[in-house]
Amino acid sequence: MKVVFERCLHCGCCVGSCKQNAIYLNDYVLEFSDSCNRCRRCIKICPVGALSMEDE
Amino acid sequence: METHECDVVVVGAGPGGSMAAKYAALGGLDVILLEKRAEIGSPLRCAEGVSKKWLEEIDVAPDPAWISADMDGAIIVSPSGHTFKLDESHAGNEVGYVLERHLFDKALAEQAGKAGARIWMRTAAIGVIFEDGKVAGVRANRMGDELEIRAKCVVAADGFESQVARWAGIDTSLDLKDMDTCLQYRMANIDVDPNYCEFVLGSAAPGGYLWIFPKGEGKANVGIGVQGTKCKLGADPKHYLDKFIAADPRLSKGTVLEIVGGGVSTCPGIDEAVADNLVIVGDAARMIDPITGGGICHACRAGMYAGKVLSECAKKGDFSKEALQDYEEMWRDRMEDKLYRNWMAKEKFAELSDETLDKLVLAIKDSDIEEVNVYNLLKVIKERYPELIEEFESFI
Repeated sequence: MKVVFERCLHCGCCVGSCKQNAIYLNDYVLEFSDSCNRCRRCIKICPVGALSMEDE
Repeated sequence: METHECDVVVVGAGPGGSMAAKYAALGGLDVILLEKRAEIGSPLRCAEGVSKKWLEEIDVAPDPAWISADMDGAIIVSPSGHTFKLDESHAGNEVGYVLERHLFDKALAEQAGKAGARIWMRTAAIGVIFEDGKVAGVRANRMGDELEIRAKCVVAADGFESQVARWAGIDTSLDLKDMDTCLQYRMANIDVDPNYCEFVLGSAAPGGYLWIFPKGEGKANVGIGVQGTKCKLGADPKHYLDKFIAADPRLSKGTVLEIVGGGVSTCPGIDEAVADNLVIVGDAARMIDPITGGGICHACRAGMYAGKVLSECAKKGDFSKEALQDYEEMWRDRMEDKLYRNWMAKEKFAELSDETLDKLVLAIKDSDIEEVNVYNLLKVIKERYPELIEEFESFI
């Protein structure tokens, strides 16, 4: 996953939406674990469009 | 690795976590309350509107220090601009205060600390410790140092993210139709009624609504929630919110002082909010009202119930799932029917056309409701448009 940190509000929307519980967030970090299955839910619901697939 | 022991470790110092910590500590338990952030209540993730009466229920006296504005009522705006104004005598329980959440949360945490809970800031839970297949504490990162906090019971109060419960094996994940993604601007230099909360319905906020919650003269939280399944554009909330503000002359020349994002669940509460040595409270247990998106009062009640039940469990030395059933019963008795009813209502209303929403607002406007709340609004709708309600009329 690609994160545009300049947009990210650290709001946790992506974390709560992730069926795989694959996202770790604190005030300064947003990390995706290997259990991400590329379902795109987090990309879809990010309120500011900070997420995208790295290879797309 | 550093190891600590306590009776109860609470993850998350939001309202639910602080209330649980407070009441567990008052019951004589050794409580550690973890907050991953550097400041309790910040960054904000909330529209800050609450009703008034529930504060009595959780024994918290209203304090001007954390009340930003006292509302006289609410205005509901239909898609084509019909408005329905509820003054305080009719607004009942659904409007009340607009809070300063960052100060409210700190006040509750302060009470937890006064009751004896230890609060550890900048300490993020990163996993759950299991022993013999049961929860036995959490692993955490405290300002860069990994540590283990062993406890007789874990309270998962980690909000919308709800990771602790999932680490413990309870599925709290959401369908996209059962969550709204939200964006809010704290605005100044705007020209809105400082005494009325405004709710704008319709396709301007697909599956959700837009809100203007005043925070004193010329200031307000202006925000939007969009249903997860209706996000199509990328950054949908920002798109719709910017469009709404640009088109409203009261707001378009305003100044944005803060941008706030966040997610809310719009489902009924989770099926099981306890497991052996684990209690789940507030947003983490999906206790948010699916129609209004309000969750502070539910989180506070649930936290209080959890803290009291944990105190009783400690006397028997039993934190098993069975022993924690009292908590399950208390929160379900108090809020489950309403969560379920409002979830059914949301399922219907999120799909209504602008035309139908216009009709509904007009129907409500013509009715003579004594006290306006979701229940009474549904009753009026049942009279005029029974087909919208038939699947869940037993709840009305």
